[in-house]
Amino acid sequence: MKEILRGAALILIISGLLFVVNIQLNKSGSSGTKTSLTVYNWGEYIDPQLLKEFEQETGIKVIYETFDSNEGMMGKVEQGGTAYDIVVPSEYMIEMMKEKDLLLPIDYQQVPNVKHIDPYFLNLPFDPNNEFSLPYFWGTLGIAFNPTLLEGQTFESWDRLWDPSLAQKIVLVDSARETIGMSLNSLDYSLNSTDIQQLRAATEKLKQLKPNVKAIIGDEVTQLMINQEASVALTWSGQAADMMAENENIDYIVPEEGSNLWFDNLVIPRTAANLEGAHAFINFMLDPEIAARNAEYVGYSTPNLTALDYMDETVISDERFYPDEETRDHLEVYRNLGLELLGVYNEYFLEFKMK
Amino acid sequence: MKKINKGAKIYLAFVFIILYAPIFYLIYYSFNSGGTMTNFESFTLEHYQAVFEDKRLIMILFNTIIIALLSALVATTIGVLGALAITFMRKPAMRRAILSLNNILIVSPDVIIGASFLILFTMIGMKLGFMSVLLAHIAFSIPIVVIMVLPKLQEMNPSLIDAAIDLGATKREVLTRVIIPFIKPGIFAGFFLALTYSLDDFAVTFFVTGNGFSTLSVEIYSMARTGITLTINALSGLIFVVTVLLVVGYYAINRKTKAAVLGVKK
Amino acid sequence: MNHKLLRPLHSIPYFGWLLLFVIAPILLIVYYSFFDLSGNFTLGNYVNFFTSTYFKLTLSSFWYAFLITFFSLLISYPTAYFLTKTKHKQLWLLLIIIPSWINLLLKTYAFIGLLGLYGPINAFLELTGLEKQQLLFTNFSFVFVSVYIFIPFMILPIFNALDKLNPALIDAARDLGATQWTTFTKVIFPLTMNGVKSGIQVVFIPALSLFMITRLIAGNKVITLGTAIEQQFLVTQNWGMGSTIAVFLILFMFIIMLLTSQKEGAKRNEKN
Repeated sequence: MKEILRGAALILIISGLLFVVNIQLNKSGSSGTKTSLTVYNWGEYIDPQLLKEFEQETGIKVIYETFDSNEGMMGKVEQGGTAYDIVVPSEYMIEMMKEKDLLLPIDYQQVPNVKHIDPYFLNLPFDPNNEFSLPYFWGTLGIAFNPTLLEGQTFESWDRLWDPSLAQKIVLVDSARETIGMSLNSLDYSLNSTDIQQLRAATEKLKQLKPNVKAIIGDEVTQLMINQEASVALTWSGQAADMMAENENIDYIVPEEGSNLWFDNLVIPRTAANLEGAHAFINFMLDPEIAARNAEYVGYSTPNLTALDYMDETVISDERFYPDEETRDHLEVYRNLGLELLGVYNEYFLEFKMK
Repeated sequence: MKKINKGAKIYLAFVFIILYAPIFYLIYYSFNSGGTMTNFESFTLEHYQAVFEDKRLIMILFNTIIIALLSALVATTIGVLGALAITFMRKPAMRRAILSLNNILIVSPDVIIGASFLILFTMIGMKLGFMSVLLAHIAFSIPIVVIMVLPKLQEMNPSLIDAAIDLGATKREVLTRVIIPFIKPGIFAGFFLALTYSLDDFAVTFFVTGNGFSTLSVEIYSMARTGITLTINALSGLIFVVTVLLVVGYYAINRKTKAAVLGVKK
Repeated sequence: MNHKLLRPLHSIPYFGWLLLFVIAPILLIVYYSFFDLSGNFTLGNYVNFFTSTYFKLTLSSFWYAFLITFFSLLISYPTAYFLTKTKHKQLWLLLIIIPSWINLLLKTYAFIGLLGLYGPINAFLELTGLEKQQLLFTNFSFVFVSVYIFIPFMILPIFNALDKLNPALIDAARDLGATQWTTFTKVIFPLTMNGVKSGIQVVFIPALSLFMITRLIAGNKVITLGTAIEQQFLVTQNWGMGSTIAVFLILFMFIIMLLTSQKEGAKRNEKN
């Protein structure tokens, strides 16, 4: 009994000590700040130095929280309990959040830096007139591949993935919209198809891909491509950039039939408690110099046109990550198809996975 | 006691090698000057430096430890009381029913636990943060403690208690002098596995946290999309080394004091 | 044991916990399971569960949970047994648990590296003149990593049961001429049954709802009920269907509990 009580006392003392240290650490960072701003973003998706600069410039303390999926994030925002001031959802999620009335309109009086955003990326169907959102990063969906493991094969079209020589080589994304979407694209259907017949056809075609599929995975695709475990992967441009930074053999291509154009966006959720701060933050992140530095840290493509002037020439001239308008015109942005159809996509996808 | 033979030693060594292989693997890459856990470029300590410079990460680490220790402590206390209550139940059917209920949280996927706890906490108007995470961790750690303590209670010979009572021990004394010492290994097992549950949990914490409070797991999972940095490897390496040192050190000190006490008694 | 040692006051925290954190959420889940996507009352989710898809998922969940439990026990029992014979057994036991305190996702990434085509295991195979093996994304790697995760949970209760085993009993068996094997099967194993049962519970039950490593290590070649629930809740946002699967998962667990606790009841019946 004594030993147990001693252990319990020790635990309480250690916890107490750490608690005090944490309070001290917290204090030392926020001297003289009155207001705070809660930012909810993907992990490692901002240059932390910029947060510090924002704090110094405005005197607002930034509380930074992270999430790992759009859906998880929405659950948290919907349920409340935390006053998130800035959130960074993907485009299809913005439509869902709008439907549930979870977003506040942006007051453009307070965001003069909006003029730096490439008009090509504004006023898109998922948020007409950018009433609620501004693009943060953007990219494409395509094929990352390692030619040295494939005898120089390239992938100008999705159909090449069905080539029998690729048996057990392809890694797919564990996401219904992407994988069925790729199959839809290869049949020249829309990524946002709501036609059950087309979806059926795409699923059947996908099932024929099964012998070539090595695995259906998530974010770890980056590591698998880098260590050459996999030689072909369906992946987003951001992750392709990460792969290429580590393994120079890897190449990335957006197939000619078309593909997905995605955005992560800055929005102000209804839970926001510091509206002024939220607008100040958006305006800060849209500053060309800041946006350029952030893009260089994160490694994704920035929609900030003026920021490109501050960036490395070799980065922005890379057609794979800053494709020209002609390529971009082949791309489609995901629309929110409603939960009913989302269910169908996922049901078909599960069918494919279980085959 | 019989001495342990060579075959047994080799077997144990094999088990330990497998248990520690992934940990040494990620520590090895924490010295990699490259960016990922793949190609080892050259030796560097920069990731360790990065750990100490990242104040936010250190705060998150401390939060994680506080939550783990406190939740395991409280869960162990409640779990032991629960296991006692279950053992002393008269009807076996009732006992079985309670035990089944006890295990529900173990079988439920974290997403469901997280979502329902979130609904629960917001319903009673609780502010999300330290307290909500602590409560949630206590809640999902209790069943494991109960399961670890129960077999020890079942092994206990009832005549032991009878004897104690016959000798005039009060209920309290029976509990603290007879029962608790007997089930102590179960209590420790429950506590340590509760620590494991707490340190490993991502999904439940993700749902019930808020207002800037975060744990290491939440931080690491949300990095997955853009790639987990080697800073995390370095941090894990540090945690690992410190933990092993603490455990070995505590064990050594404990043995010494025990030996000293026993020596005096003799 | 029928002593009234505990005051009712002492059991309040535990039963309070049961009520607030177990029964209340379960009621919530059962409630949700009767609603469809647009919030109308329906029994459709339950009908859906009896389609072939979920039947297959259930079977595969049980099969893998069984495999994982079986191999965990196979590895853990001797480990626990040998541990009790070591000099610093408490310390060694703690060293078994420590690896489980390092983040699981990180360890999983390490396994992806270790088991990979160009990882150290395959390098070793090549060195010994064997061919490279595709280890990742196989049933083997899935069971292997799952067993890795669950081993400490199996070892601890078995260790506790073995540790306090009365050596006199074993000696007695030996003196009576029992072989090592008979001593083990007739004396040691039955006496540690409670510990083994606990171990099986804390491995089998959570193994039914494993997810994450079904994707990371098995590349979705193994799909469990847990994965299906996660998908329904997070991706499809069909809480109704997700809850329905969860209800079944809990029912399955109840059945397992009934089956494993049968012995106690059966013995009593025999006596009557």
